[in-house]
Amino acid sequence: MQEIRFHGRGGQGAVTSAEFLAQAAIMEGKYARAFPSFGAERRGAPVTAYCRISRKPIYLRSVIENPNIVVVLDSSLFRSFDVASGLSEDGILIINSTNDPASFTAKGSRRVVTVDASRIALDLLKLPVTNTVLLGALVRAADIISMDSLAMAIKHRFNEEMALHNILALERAFQEAAFAPGWQPLLEESAMREGGGI
Amino acid sequence: MRNHQGMEVSFAAAEAVRLCNVDVVAAYPITPQTHIVERLSKYVADGKMDAEFVPVESEHSALSLCIGSSAVGARSFTCTSSQGLALMNEIVYLVPALRLPIVMILANRSLSGPLSIWNDHSDVMSVRDTGWIQLFAENGQEVFDHVMIAYKIAENENVLLPVIINMDGFILSHMFEPIELTGQEAVNTYLPSYRPRFILHPDRPVTMGAYTMPTLFTEAKKAQEEALLASYPYILQAWKDWGTLCGRVYHPVETYYTEGAETLFVTMGSIGETAGEAVRLLREQGQKAGLVKLRLWRPFPLEDFLREIGSAQRLIVIDRALSPGGPGGGPVAGEIRAALYNRENRPQVFNFIAGLGGREVTVGSFQEMFVSSVSGKASGYQIFGVRG
Amino acid sequence: MPKADFEYLWDELEPGCVITEPGNSRSFYTGDWRAFSPVLEKESCIKCGTCWIFCPDMAYQKNEKGYYIADLNYCKGCGICAAECPTGAIHMEKEKEI
Repeated sequence: MQEIRFHGRGGQGAVTSAEFLAQAAIMEGKYARAFPSFGAERRGAPVTAYCRISRKPIYLRSVIENPNIVVVLDSSLFRSFDVASGLSEDGILIINSTNDPASFTAKGSRRVVTVDASRIALDLLKLPVTNTVLLGALVRAADIISMDSLAMAIKHRFNEEMALHNILALERAFQEAAFAPGWQPLLEESAMREGGGI
Repeated sequence: MRNHQGMEVSFAAAEAVRLCNVDVVAAYPITPQTHIVERLSKYVADGKMDAEFVPVESEHSALSLCIGSSAVGARSFTCTSSQGLALMNEIVYLVPALRLPIVMILANRSLSGPLSIWNDHSDVMSVRDTGWIQLFAENGQEVFDHVMIAYKIAENENVLLPVIINMDGFILSHMFEPIELTGQEAVNTYLPSYRPRFILHPDRPVTMGAYTMPTLFTEAKKAQEEALLASYPYILQAWKDWGTLCGRVYHPVETYYTEGAETLFVTMGSIGETAGEAVRLLREQGQKAGLVKLRLWRPFPLEDFLREIGSAQRLIVIDRALSPGGPGGGPVAGEIRAALYNRENRPQVFNFIAGLGGREVTVGSFQEMFVSSVSGKASGYQIFGVRG
Repeated sequence: MPKADFEYLWDELEPGCVITEPGNSRSFYTGDWRAFSPVLEKESCIKCGTCWIFCPDMAYQKNEKGYYIADLNYCKGCGICAAECPTGAIHMEKEKEI
């Protein structure tokens, strides 16, 4: 089972990210569950969302304390939160940041990916909503889901035009993802994957 | 998993209500039930559902309106949560007394105070004795299925009672998970149009809701109680028919690893899944643990329950609500103790009040409860995980 | 009502205690605890029907001569008819002791 935790702020799309990922996995015939950190929602407040994916039925509904992957939609959260809490050394940390991934390796993982998701989102979606963008980096970094399934999940939810822009953003992030030294999945390899790692 | 779709459980619930061809929806939005109401309102606005959606000004009005619509023969639906149910309370009693087959989804949330929007079962326990048929769903699929099943039960001419479907707030309502939807044709076959026994109609006037003198009230309550008890075989039938249609079979008491179990957990609602995981792990460690899950809460399936607990030595009853100042812990454990009192070789009953106001109940929590019960450290009841 | 409420057994009640016999309040004589009765002086009566309009229990009915007469099976003796009568044709008299 893969456990993915998303950290963002209200309005950035952490919950939607988790749902897209689960939707894509379910479309691949896997089991998945996604849910937010339950609470009073408000724009700008820190939000955590969770996603579990497995080939076997999932029975857990509790929050994810030891994620395999952490996705950070807003790097300012590092100031107030231990977003990498519970992330193992070989866990993957995906961050929306303009900084070098190496500058984050002290946060608990060697396998850090950064992508300037805000810029990509503003370019293509005209909104600082980075949810689908970061999923592009996730597909590149982790062998849990295919790009096609994610695109399918996005088309399922959005209208044609919005889906198109989001898929473009997804692909851009896939290309632009920057990796910490000593760990870099090849573009071709990532693109060929079908989520076989689960 | 081929036919499964990923969706939020609240949306699956709304989809089920749409599939049931409900005529009237009257509800007031309240966290964590909101997404159901929003989706239904959208369905009606988009013309995807031929129903009257009434955005009432309170939950008191929501259920009052459903009484009116149900009394004229319309299939009626409402849903609420916590404080909404509290505000509705006065009307909740009237529905089973009038024998109106209204279905209500209750997104279980703790009753204030302190103010809390998170999940426990204090809201449903406040309506325990109102006379509704009460069911607990463990996951999204069960929520979806039970909307159809609830109407099937409620509208059976031998039942004619309202049904509450309990779904844990947030833990179920806001969970995105795979759900197998049933097609409209299949639902139509399973759930034919509602044929009321009596309706309010000027051509054939009847009186509903007349008052009773002390000379008749006792008989009226006895008749209501007998009706609720008599609903049991029709509940089983509704589950059986649904199983035939969809292949998903439900029972009043569900069991997991009960064979040869010495210690049994007793749960209601979504924590059943977590408890199941704990039991699986305990079994792997060689512990004789098992799990009994109450799906049907009213009418209480006592015979099934006694049969399923078999000769277990210990019951660990999990309550998701406190009965402050009561003689022994939570409402569920209190009832189970009372039911067992006159039996020989009755098991010891341990009671943990857990998961109040959204506190997490994890696999580890169940393992802890198991250890403290088996080692004899636990006694009477305790509030699990409380600091200090 | 085929029988009095205290004669019913629990399993003889309709579901939800629905009353299937419309207008059965007619069989409840509500006039037996009246302390005052309305008495009509026909000489002053102009047959305007004000008493009939105001009677809260609909106890007044028009007879063949056009007078409005209270049916004492239902009249509770509230006195509204007497108070409203524009010509003072109705007055209230104390019920006779039995």
